[in-house]
Amino acid sequence: MTAPLIIFFVLAAVAVFGAVSLILQKHPIHSALSLIVVMVALAGLYLLMGAEFVAAVQIIVYGGAIMVLFVFVIMLLNAGEEERTNLSRLATYAGIPLALALAGFIAAAIARSGGYLPAPAPNGALTSTKTLSMLLFTEFVYPFELTSFLILVAILGAIVLAQREN
Amino acid sequence: MNEFLTHYAFLIVPIIKIVILVFLVLTVDAYLTWLERKVIAHIQTRWGPYRVGPHGLLQPLADGVKFIFKEDPMPAGVDKIAYFLAPFLTLMLALTSLAVIPFGPQRFTVWGYETHVGIADVNISLLVLFAITALAVYGVALAGWASNNKYSLLGGLRSSAQMISYELALTLSVVGVVLVAGDFSLRGIIEHQENGNLGLLGWNLFGFSKNGGGFTQIIGFICFFTAAIAETNRVPFDLPEAESELVAGFHTEYASMKFAMFFIAEYTSMITVSCLCTILFFGGWLSPFPLSWTFTQFLPSVLLIPFGLWIIYDGIRYETIFGRVLLPGIGTALLALGGALLAYPAINGYIQGPFWFLAKVFVFLFVYIWMRGTLPRFRYDQLMTFGWKFLLPVSIANVVLTSVAILIWGKH
Repeated sequence: MTAPLIIFFVLAAVAVFGAVSLILQKHPIHSALSLIVVMVALAGLYLLMGAEFVAAVQIIVYGGAIMVLFVFVIMLLNAGEEERTNLSRLATYAGIPLALALAGFIAAAIARSGGYLPAPAPNGALTSTKTLSMLLFTEFVYPFELTSFLILVAILGAIVLAQREN
Repeated sequence: MNEFLTHYAFLIVPIIKIVILVFLVLTVDAYLTWLERKVIAHIQTRWGPYRVGPHGLLQPLADGVKFIFKEDPMPAGVDKIAYFLAPFLTLMLALTSLAVIPFGPQRFTVWGYETHVGIADVNISLLVLFAITALAVYGVALAGWASNNKYSLLGGLRSSAQMISYELALTLSVVGVVLVAGDFSLRGIIEHQENGNLGLLGWNLFGFSKNGGGFTQIIGFICFFTAAIAETNRVPFDLPEAESELVAGFHTEYASMKFAMFFIAEYTSMITVSCLCTILFFGGWLSPFPLSWTFTQFLPSVLLIPFGLWIIYDGIRYETIFGRVLLPGIGTALLALGGALLAYPAINGYIQGPFWFLAKVFVFLFVYIWMRGTLPRFRYDQLMTFGWKFLLPVSIANVVLTSVAILIWGKH
């Protein structure tokens, strides 16, 4: 095994462990912490693929900003431990088959690739911030602007909802 | 053995550099507390630490011993994982952020492995630093929440709100520098500020870069430094530990080494912020003088001589015998070092970069302490109003102004 492959498996194991822990933890804060572990492990995987910018942004946006708000709200509400409930009917009849189907798809894709891993993009092709921003502002400018608009609408909506009482 | 070293140099050299840097940083942290107590004492016309060693120079050592031997009680009802994780996380992130700081321009080869002054030279070092800053909130927030204490919780909540608010201004105030330099790497940002004939005018603070099209980042600097002080929870933004309101805020329930970890982390972040101010706005390792003034190369060594003489003069009049031995000893050592540097002028070229870098960092650290001795604490609503209604719009305006300036005057 080569060093990148070992690092990949370690990071992947950490990410899966974090994701499982996210569901199994009883306390909301512990779940949020597990989610942060998943985010950071994913950033490590991006770094492994040579996408440095994406890795840094993953930690800044998801690991930092968004998860801090999660933790902040949980702390503010002072949420206590949650009681364990039985599996809901929707999860039993729709969730488990869907999860199995997804696992099958992924297994099939891996089997078809036959152990062949695509080479990482040549240095500077996808990784450089310049190329990334050129793509974002030329080829993908409409999706990009639409997303920004969507976020703006969400912010305005939050402000309107918060101010309704006054 | 030699072959082994050459083969694994890529692993061994960074580890040695990390050990040296951590040792240096922890020592500097310790003496920063001494400096802070001394400076604030003199601002308030007191003497400050004076008993342990001459001029209290051994006080940090005594403090360290005290931290290790203190009882470490754990309050009832704490969330154990988060309670133990918080101080470790805080200290680890604070130390990690120093890894991407370049301290000098030189590259040198050890065992066939080319390396430089600093640990990691990544081309997105600025983003790495912001990623670490983004994660640093958790240490404080978790410590406050896990302690099972209402003052801690309030401190933790305040600090997370404060750090989220000021992180925006912090990030946006740097965008101007990134626009001007066109680079996310700290090394690249410093190299962009090099302007042989104009010296310090080439720094981002003044913006006369050699390629033209620079734009003064003085607004960016003011926003950055203010936001950075808030991020490091220092006066006047130290609401998370406002002792008159919240006992000691988020670290109320921490004692002994776990408290020391928060303490060391705070001082390490001060060092990181000072390094960043130096790199982003004050030209990093660049000398403030034009390149043609070659005699300024001798400034570091020449400065050592009066400093050494002064310490000797102060030492021979000191009250205790220990002081009368130690202080002149230190003074003679500095004097000898200055003399040796003057005798071998070739070395001066190598120490230029680190000297100017550390000198600038020291100035910022002093400003930090100075502010603590001068400014009163903000009220909580003032803090939020200032962050959102003043700092954020001003830093956005700086981004717009810089972009327009680059558009009009062009660059490269």
